[in-house]
Amino acid sequence: MVDRNPWLTFLSHAVLVLGVSIVAFPLYLALVASTHTAEAIVQSPMPLLPGSHLWENYRNALLGSGKLGSTTNVVHMMWVSFVVAITITLGKIAISLLSAFAIVYFRFPFKMLCFWAIFLTLMLPVEVRILPTYKVVADLGLLNSYAGLSLPLIASATATFLFRQFFLTVPDELVEAARIDGAGPMRFFKDILVPLSRTSIAALFVIQFIYGWNQYLWPLLMTTSEDMYPVVIGIKRMLAGGEAAVDWNIVMATAILAMLPPTLVVILMQKWFVKGLVDTEK
Amino acid sequence: MEKRVLFRSAWLPWVLIAPQLAIIGVFFFWPAGQAVLQSFQMEDAFGMSREWVGLDNFRQLLTNPDYLGAFQRTALFSVLVAGIGIVVSLALAIYADRIVRFAMVYKTLLIVPYAVAPVIAGVLWVFLFSPSIGVVTHYLGRLGYQWNHLMNENQAMALIVLASVWKQISYNFLFFLAGLQSIPRALIEAASIDGAGPWRRFWNIQLPLLSPTSFFLLVINIVYAFFDTFGIIDAATQGGPGQSTSILVYKVYLDGFKALDLGGSAAQSVILMCIVVVLTVIQFRYVEKKVQY
Repeated sequence: MVDRNPWLTFLSHAVLVLGVSIVAFPLYLALVASTHTAEAIVQSPMPLLPGSHLWENYRNALLGSGKLGSTTNVVHMMWVSFVVAITITLGKIAISLLSAFAIVYFRFPFKMLCFWAIFLTLMLPVEVRILPTYKVVADLGLLNSYAGLSLPLIASATATFLFRQFFLTVPDELVEAARIDGAGPMRFFKDILVPLSRTSIAALFVIQFIYGWNQYLWPLLMTTSEDMYPVVIGIKRMLAGGEAAVDWNIVMATAILAMLPPTLVVILMQKWFVKGLVDTEK
Repeated sequence: MEKRVLFRSAWLPWVLIAPQLAIIGVFFFWPAGQAVLQSFQMEDAFGMSREWVGLDNFRQLLTNPDYLGAFQRTALFSVLVAGIGIVVSLALAIYADRIVRFAMVYKTLLIVPYAVAPVIAGVLWVFLFSPSIGVVTHYLGRLGYQWNHLMNENQAMALIVLASVWKQISYNFLFFLAGLQSIPRALIEAASIDGAGPWRRFWNIQLPLLSPTSFFLLVINIVYAFFDTFGIIDAATQGGPGQSTSILVYKVYLDGFKALDLGGSAAQSVILMCIVVVLTVIQFRYVEKKVQY
């Protein structure tokens, strides 16, 4: 830094500690609530320090059926969330790599039309066209299926956009060299372009995994059978009984469990995540 | 922008692009087309009959005080979410940019809300502010302030604004921090040599240079408040009390799936699509500009 003013450094830390505390407080309280009995939480005010019922609550949350007002347990719901998130993530990355490759490295009729058709989808979220999409999926007989849960969410161009931007920065000399060595387009794609895109792929993986894991409105409409509920829906359903009947300790334990996978992905892959986030919007 | 060197093949590009076109065709253009079509039709709730009504659905919407009210609420909500979110995260980013020690710890803790699902964010904040068991409600009560977002419309709005800002802070913070760190050190040092203090440097150098980032975040935050807050609202207030927190996206859902007014819901979808297209155009023009410098 230019000037070393100890007061300013102190002030910076003070502001950040305050900010971080406020941001982290809801998470902290959820964690605390997941270590108490339901009775302790209902007392007002609830304790602000962790209690001793951690294992019990998490075991009940994970395996106790019936508590959720349904017969499925959280382990199964987390599995559904995981399958959907991974399908969306890998599907989107694969499809977008191929289409971005076609758009950047080939010239073909109606190229601009395809380009704009894809980019029109860039910002129109599924929430906006929810009812007609529901009808289409119902007509195709995909309600209550993994395909129905994930395919409509793959239909957006964010990843294509990112890969296109990246491919445009890849030096033309690489294509020339590949051609001189007699490599065809698919060989070039497989051996040069995809390995070069590793960082972008990692970044997209983080963003899309979180996007897929956290979907709510779409599965809410799509799934009527309990064994297809993702965990996010499960939590919402636990609250359906009205506040007095809710076992908040179990709800919060489930919430913590549901937050764990995406949070771990963000924290462990922080470097790529930040890069990906900032790059997607360039 | 185009590549100088291209591959030549009559069929390969079509094969490559086919999966993407198929998916957006079936799950994007088909439903979007249906929405446009339905918005000009009136259908009874059992799907037995359908008739062409022209612009009637739109006329009904735009003269319906309920819908206009939802429009105003959405505008207020998105301005509050974008404004508060941007100011708070800018402040945090400015201070985070100054320090070296513990920077990683602060940053890691601040990006966690990004990973939290909107519904769970709603649940967490309801838990804090629940009229019967909420911790914050309890301490506010001791200070003599009654909190009950199930009865008080302004408090309900405040609650969803809080939860939405909280969820979006990570995103804004990361962009501001990246923006600040890309400002050349030489500029700051030059200003410092000329005797500008930290406050002056912020107003005259950092803030103006961050204006593209701020504008971009403004658009993104408005889009976020419009469309991605469904889960927060559904968990926290379910649009109530009355209609006081049912914003446009929530109303599409209520009218379409709960009230089964298909034509009206489709017309609402079309209006939302138009809003998104306008916002996209604004953003693209901004992207073009940014590429130039």
